[in-house]
Amino acid sequence: MSFLIDNFVELTVTGLVLGAVYGLVALGYTLVYGVLQLINFAHSEVWMFGSFAAVWVTVALGVAPGSALPIVIGVLLLALLAAMTVSGGVALLLERVAYRRLIRLDAPKLVALISAIGASFALAELMGLRDRVAGWLGLRDTLDPYVRSARDNTRFRNPLETEGVFSVGGYTVTNVDIIIIVSAILMMVALDQFIRRTRTGRGIRAVAQDSEAAALMGVNRNRVIRATFLVGGIMAGAAALLYLMRFGVTRWNAGFLLGVKAFTAAVLGGIGNVRGALLGGFVLGLAENYGSALIGSEWRDVVAFLLLVVILLFRPTGLLGESLGRARA
Amino acid sequence: MLLEVEGLCVNYGRIEAIRDITFSVEQGSVVTLIGANGAGKTTTLKTLSGLRKVRAGSVRFQGRDVTHMASHERVPLGISQSPEGRRIFPGMSVVENLDMGAYARADRAKTRSADLERVFGLFPRLLERRDQAAGTMSGGEQQMLAIGRALMSHPTLLLLDEPSMGLAPKLIQQIFSIIKEIREQGTTILLVEQNAAQALKIADSAYILETGEIVRTGTGRELAADDSVRAAYLGGDV
Repeated sequence: MSFLIDNFVELTVTGLVLGAVYGLVALGYTLVYGVLQLINFAHSEVWMFGSFAAVWVTVALGVAPGSALPIVIGVLLLALLAAMTVSGGVALLLERVAYRRLIRLDAPKLVALISAIGASFALAELMGLRDRVAGWLGLRDTLDPYVRSARDNTRFRNPLETEGVFSVGGYTVTNVDIIIIVSAILMMVALDQFIRRTRTGRGIRAVAQDSEAAALMGVNRNRVIRATFLVGGIMAGAAALLYLMRFGVTRWNAGFLLGVKAFTAAVLGGIGNVRGALLGGFVLGLAENYGSALIGSEWRDVVAFLLLVVILLFRPTGLLGESLGRARA
Repeated sequence: MLLEVEGLCVNYGRIEAIRDITFSVEQGSVVTLIGANGAGKTTTLKTLSGLRKVRAGSVRFQGRDVTHMASHERVPLGISQSPEGRRIFPGMSVVENLDMGAYARADRAKTRSADLERVFGLFPRLLERRDQAAGTMSGGEQQMLAIGRALMSHPTLLLLDEPSMGLAPKLIQQIFSIIKEIREQGTTILLVEQNAAQALKIADSAYILETGEIVRTGTGRELAADDSVRAAYLGGDV
């Protein structure tokens, strides 16, 4: 108990940082669920591919930590762009390969879920075997910095050095903490406005509320589905870079646990609810941190999933309850 | 002819929902399809909007074959529908619902205020509720919204599915007089109704559907005066 009290500020800030990442990834689950009532199980791999894109950009540019600020910002923006592009692309590819035909045929949701699980394993293994793939293509040497030790942790060298900004309650809040929390909230606000104000956003809401009525309004459902996957993917890409800035490593199978956690955050906030995703992320991040401070960090995942079970028992629709469709957002 | 339906067959799985129906709708008229529950009226309208797959037959709109066209492509051509059960977007406000009605129009921003004014002119009630969440409104208000929303796309042909269902008699009168007004403003209407008496009163021509087939045709007046029709669909007296 005293550990929790002594380190309360640190646990809170790092909990929010973790929660911001969960929340951004959770958006992908929640958006697709809102439109298709389908869990895109392979969304974790969308995030994972984005994280590698970010790492590879920094490797390619070879900028050392401590460079001039404009260079650092430039590199980070390029990494962000690469991560969002790759994640968005993988999400679109998933829609095309793993789902589109099943959706057209109106296949049972369980079939789509199995297809998603298969796609998830395939994508993860593809990344874990990227050295072999490069070998077949005869590019093993050229691509060495990118495919070396494919099944181990891959480090991200953050060009931005972590610096303390201000101290509160015995913890020094860093520039990276602030960047992560603020960007997650900004992206959330941007997405909220996109869904509320743009034509595509209205189309997404309409399909989520009543897909047949949306078709009667002239909404092209297939286009809306693609837009939903793309937007979710872009958010996951941003989350990937933010994650790397704080935690520094990724891995071919790192998507799995993060994906399950982000899915938990989505359910916690109310699946299908965009604002609920970020709230669920923050709640989950904080609960994990406080919980592991209380009973030991090896219990972190137990705390996270116990929280999920308890919330679902008492509030089956999640914290904010309403779905993307019903909510006035 | 604005709309020509020929030999249309639609199945739900192996069940034939409509079988070889042929009818047409003339520009500027009100045409009604009446019949009992399960006769295939709603299926017909859904098929005209592209929500159901056609097994056989054809649908021509303004001379153009639209039999297999996707739903969302039919709206810009001028086919709009106020569906059975209203199907308004419950989480959106009245104005947002109306904006959804104009979704398919490229020049919607230019005509938006005039279009909203027209709908609020027909349904002053909606103006009072303009920022209310549509899902919290009464059935009658939702019905007005569903019709108003369908008008926002500037349809040439308006499909109305059971606009009087579940409404109080006074409100039913009101809805039917508004349907007449919409026709006078130049929109052709295909009306599906269980309230046959009211529907026949305003219809230029009418078709009676029974278990997926058209069994009678005539002008609204003829059918309303026909003894067997009165017995079967009008509950004796009108």
